[in-house]
Amino acid sequence: MSKEIKISVSEKRCKQCGICAALCPKHVLDQEVGCVPVAARLEDCIGCRLCEMRCPDFAIEVEVK
Amino acid sequence: MSKSVKKFIEGNNAIVDGAIAAGARFYAGYPISPSSEIAEGAAKELPRHGGVYIQMEDEISSMAALLGASLAGKKSFTATSGPGFSLMQENLGLGIMSEIPTVIFDVQRSGPSTGAATKPAQADIMQARYGVHGDHSIIALSPSSVQDCYDLSIVAFNLAEKYRTPVLFMTDEVIGHLRETVTEVEPDPSQIFNRVQPGEDVTQAEFRPYSFSSNMPAPMPAVGGRLLMRTTGSTHDEKGEFGPGPANIDRVTHYLTDKIEKNVDDITITRSYQLEDAEVAFITFGCSVRSTMTAVDILRAKGVKAGMLQLVTIWPMPEKAIRAVLSKVETVVVPEMNLGQLAGEVRKFNDYGCKVIQANRTDGVLITPKQILDRLEEK
Amino acid sequence: MATYKDYMLFDKLPHTWCAGCGDGIILQSIAAVFAEMELDKHDITLVSGIGCFGRVDDYLDINCMHVTHGRALAAATGVALGNPELNVLVTMGDGDGTTIGGNHLIHCARRNIDLTAIIANNYNYGQTGGQYSGTTPTDSITSTSPYGHIEQNFDICKLAEAAGASYVARSTAYNPVQMRKLIRGGMEHKGFALIEVMVACPTHYGRYNRQGEAADMMKLMNEQSVPVEKARTMTEEELEGRIVTGLLVDKDREDYYTKYKKIIDAQNMDK
Repeated sequence: MSKEIKISVSEKRCKQCGICAALCPKHVLDQEVGCVPVAARLEDCIGCRLCEMRCPDFAIEVEVK
Repeated sequence: MSKSVKKFIEGNNAIVDGAIAAGARFYAGYPISPSSEIAEGAAKELPRHGGVYIQMEDEISSMAALLGASLAGKKSFTATSGPGFSLMQENLGLGIMSEIPTVIFDVQRSGPSTGAATKPAQADIMQARYGVHGDHSIIALSPSSVQDCYDLSIVAFNLAEKYRTPVLFMTDEVIGHLRETVTEVEPDPSQIFNRVQPGEDVTQAEFRPYSFSSNMPAPMPAVGGRLLMRTTGSTHDEKGEFGPGPANIDRVTHYLTDKIEKNVDDITITRSYQLEDAEVAFITFGCSVRSTMTAVDILRAKGVKAGMLQLVTIWPMPEKAIRAVLSKVETVVVPEMNLGQLAGEVRKFNDYGCKVIQANRTDGVLITPKQILDRLEEK
Repeated sequence: MATYKDYMLFDKLPHTWCAGCGDGIILQSIAAVFAEMELDKHDITLVSGIGCFGRVDDYLDINCMHVTHGRALAAATGVALGNPELNVLVTMGDGDGTTIGGNHLIHCARRNIDLTAIIANNYNYGQTGGQYSGTTPTDSITSTSPYGHIEQNFDICKLAEAAGASYVARSTAYNPVQMRKLIRGGMEHKGFALIEVMVACPTHYGRYNRQGEAADMMKLMNEQSVPVEKARTMTEEELEGRIVTGLLVDKDREDYYTKYKKIIDAQNMDK
């Protein structure tokens, strides 16, 4: 992976709907019941930002450097 | 010297001329008898003054479009009658709550429902006041001549702009289709009230589209200008943001009523006819004024001291003027083309033991002086 | 460079919508399109109605007119004709835009008023507890069709097209990239543009119809999606239950005000 990617999740805004983790094309995110998602496999992230765009709660920000 | 022209036209025609003279440049409506001449006149005249006429799919959408155009900075108006007026109530409420000025001309006809569609009545008086759900107040004017249709149209727009609220113009089929000579004086710019604008130094951070602290509305910039504008039919705070807390709901409810009721002296217009020494008084409005004046003349000729109070403003009710009459005379007759909608209001103020007699006609024919006098004699 | 945050009242978040509701996905797309187009926020006016998606105005830092249920397009017609220079955007749900407001939709499309209408279709009245709307699919369960819905549902895009809309597009909350492209296309289109976006209502419709969680509902809408190019090669039977996505109609047709302006220019006496 050549890009440096950072995925941040706002605990304040996240409603833990599970969309980001379930629909990530590279299965980067994990979400346990009662918790906000975590980027468990960040090394697999391709920086497509779909998790950010699909987050209904403006809780995810993807930074691709 | 203001420009003036003399015309021999119908009340409905004079309304169009008055609206345009007041600066109205947008009409959205749905044709309905006996108001359609206003739509036809607006369709013809508005583009000639750079304005827009649009015929909407119904009166619900017409009312909504009026508010949209007004928010975009255009003075807007529509005309309707009974069934259409009923359909407008929903977004009339939106205009009241959002505080968006516009003027609705209701050319009253016999009802309910389709009723006798082309026949006159004055039976929308209570709908004008209470047709919108929820507590609020309203401004409503009522003309008794073609001249009034021109002059009071200008007054209606001025009141709408000043108080940032929809104003009702409760005319009727008789006045709407009455042809008489009218002198249309082009108003001087000083006679036209345009909605107050925020000061040039007001920043977005300081700007508030609503104010509830006095009995006057906040300045109202149009959308598309220097300041972002926000309106809503939901109970809102000063920023125009959703504010459903109990204290705010109560505050907004009181404000919407107070901004009209506490300015009643500025808003209301009445006219007196032979009232000074009257012992018998008539209190009336709209087309019934014409027959009542003749009734007064007949009584005067017989030596009876009769007089008339004309309510040019019917909402808010000119309480002071009505009380002044009730406290002075022994008998008050209320002629109207409904079953006593105004009479009920007059009785509310009757703390003076005055005899209040109703003179009602509801058969779709203009009330006559004789009918009014007969009611007086029966009692 | 501007971002979607520049067009939002970001401190109002978290928003009112349920977990998994797709409305927030459209909201982000709308604000992102404003940023992409580098619009001056003073030139944009949003008119919204009543319903879950009508609450979009709460979170946008632009001119906003929040109106009555179903009447957003009618009010927006007034805004668009009152100031033809404005970018007028209208946000509605399926109940607001096509059920109580269906008459305004077809007439606004027919007149070709220059505005962009975005309808979030979640197949039910979410805000009031999941009752059926004009787009609720036949046989599905809602709180007011407990024995299965017997009515035929509207196809919003076909309805708009038949009414004469000059730009019609459909996307899903699953596909925000396509959604943004189509919303931008609608904003740039002169005339009436309608973008229908399929969104999940996991709280009501999804629960009543056992469609799982929000992500499951979004996967389902993706499985049902057929790009319009492919759909054109399919039969009506093959398209049963599918969601045709993409740019469905894009026609050059003079908008209402452009036509009316010719009348004004010909008749104007004030000049």
